[in-house]
Amino acid sequence: MSKILHQTGLTRHDYQVISDWIAPNSHVMDLGCGNGALLKHLQQEKNVTGYGVELDPSKIAQCIENGVNVIQTNLDQGLDHFNTDDFDYVILSLTLQAMRNPKALLQEMMRVGKQGIVTFPNFAHWRNRLQLGLGGYMPVSEELPHKWYDTPNIHLCTIKDFRALCEQLDFSIESSLAVHRTGRQGLSLKLMPNLFGEIALCRFSKNTIRYST
Amino acid sequence: MNKPHSVGIVEPKVAHFDSPLELTSKSRLDQYQLVYETYGELNSDASNAVLVCHALSSDHHAAGRHAGQKQSTGWWDALVGPGKPLDTERFFIVCSNNLGGCSGSTGPSSINPDTNKPYGPDFPIVTVSDWVESQARLSDQLGIQQWAAVIGGSLGGMQVLQWSISFPERVRHAIVIASTAKLTAQNIGFNDVARQAIRTDPEFFDGNYYQHGTRPRRGLRVARMLGHITYLSDDSMAHKFGRSLQQKAKFDYEFTPEFEVESYLRYKGDQFVDRFDANTYLLMTKALDYFDPAADADGTLSGALSAASANFLVVSFTSDWRFSVERSREIVRALQSNKLNVSYAEVESPHGHDSFLLSIDHYTSVLRAYMNRIHHDLNSYGEVTG
Repeated sequence: MSKILHQTGLTRHDYQVISDWIAPNSHVMDLGCGNGALLKHLQQEKNVTGYGVELDPSKIAQCIENGVNVIQTNLDQGLDHFNTDDFDYVILSLTLQAMRNPKALLQEMMRVGKQGIVTFPNFAHWRNRLQLGLGGYMPVSEELPHKWYDTPNIHLCTIKDFRALCEQLDFSIESSLAVHRTGRQGLSLKLMPNLFGEIALCRFSKNTIRYST
Repeated sequence: MNKPHSVGIVEPKVAHFDSPLELTSKSRLDQYQLVYETYGELNSDASNAVLVCHALSSDHHAAGRHAGQKQSTGWWDALVGPGKPLDTERFFIVCSNNLGGCSGSTGPSSINPDTNKPYGPDFPIVTVSDWVESQARLSDQLGIQQWAAVIGGSLGGMQVLQWSISFPERVRHAIVIASTAKLTAQNIGFNDVARQAIRTDPEFFDGNYYQHGTRPRRGLRVARMLGHITYLSDDSMAHKFGRSLQQKAKFDYEFTPEFEVESYLRYKGDQFVDRFDANTYLLMTKALDYFDPAADADGTLSGALSAASANFLVVSFTSDWRFSVERSREIVRALQSNKLNVSYAEVESPHGHDSFLLSIDHYTSVLRAYMNRIHHDLNSYGEVTG
């Protein structure tokens, strides 16, 4: 299992956070599902049904071997072939930053699903700030291992940026968490997630009008 | 695992049926026979059986070779055999020749017991669901209550879809390759041009050519040439032939075949005429045209597939313009709107519609992975029940 986990870039801790956010027996879509390890985990832990979506041909057979439904699709072309409100949760883990139009994809996620769960590498992590601010060169880290000229990550953002976009799109954030690579959480992370969080995890839904009585 | 190899020498079998088959066209076949081949061994609880449904011009000979033939001639030999994705060391594979066919199953060239003459044009129109019904009866004869998988490409994929709708409880996995839930107007148009080529051949005699000792060879050849163009892609034809000339350096400015592609298509057409019956070609293309399960379910494919309970694998090929990736995506969408288990692979291939007959890495790895899953489930099923 550890080998499978490693290939998705998530740790068991991240999986557990996502798993804790998901109600049992839900219908879930995992965008950019890689080899299907997260969905497999959710199938086992939460008895979820659903589909992974992946573009990389080499991952398709791995998902199938893992017993995960996978649909080969380019996320940059949207989610046209999925019906509105079909899913309880739409997950996008460590993929947002590689999308051509992340804003449109987030809107699509909220069209097809009731809740969205997004995880992304926090560009404002202190180590990145150090490399850029003091070193003067583009950061390279475990979460963002590519050099600037060959990176698939074209839309990097910080936790603050992401929150601002959610506000603009009228999403309400249900839960959020910043974690270290190791899954460790401490007071510094709680107080200053944008500085100390390497990976951000966020669950959100459409803002519904609330009437006060 | 040994290197994948051929199933070797195989022999067709014949299944006779005496109970009348009511057809969609309201006609009836009182008795009929199906020719089929099998590869591998059926296990003790008959849970490892896989039905392979063939495409427009194929037949029951999916893998291996017949005695007296040096080379393998099975139309799906690339994928069926020991160590191949449809591994005959794991699965018992059945491929039947459809009703209306011309390779031994009852069809237009068979003798009509009422008249002692070939059926010819009197052979009733058969549809995809008629084929599925007849295959279900063959399953009964073989003692197979439920197929581990029903698999097919193109017209074969249509049969798979119909199986999942007509007999949901008898299909654990449905594998639909390079197929569609209904033909487009363009496709129906191609089919009708092919039929017109046959029907206007002076040697067609309204389908009674058997009695006249003739065959509408020219018409069938043109039909096949047209079909063949649609099964390839512009790129693959350009790559294979370009504008190369046939054994000469410059044009002769005459109507004999000058380009390589011309003689290739004629050769393919001639080959086909030698092995295929024109009336069968008419029937099979009509079956393609009529297929539209959504029409019986408020016009929606998701309504039609709401009856299905199988797990699905859908595969399409990027350069297939006859049954494009969009057609497969429609199927996937209808399946996922019913919350059915479905996986979908869109295989990059330059070879057009015919890609489903080839050994393409992404395609074979997906198929192999899917069949591995089925095999794995088969074993755990055995552990629980055995």
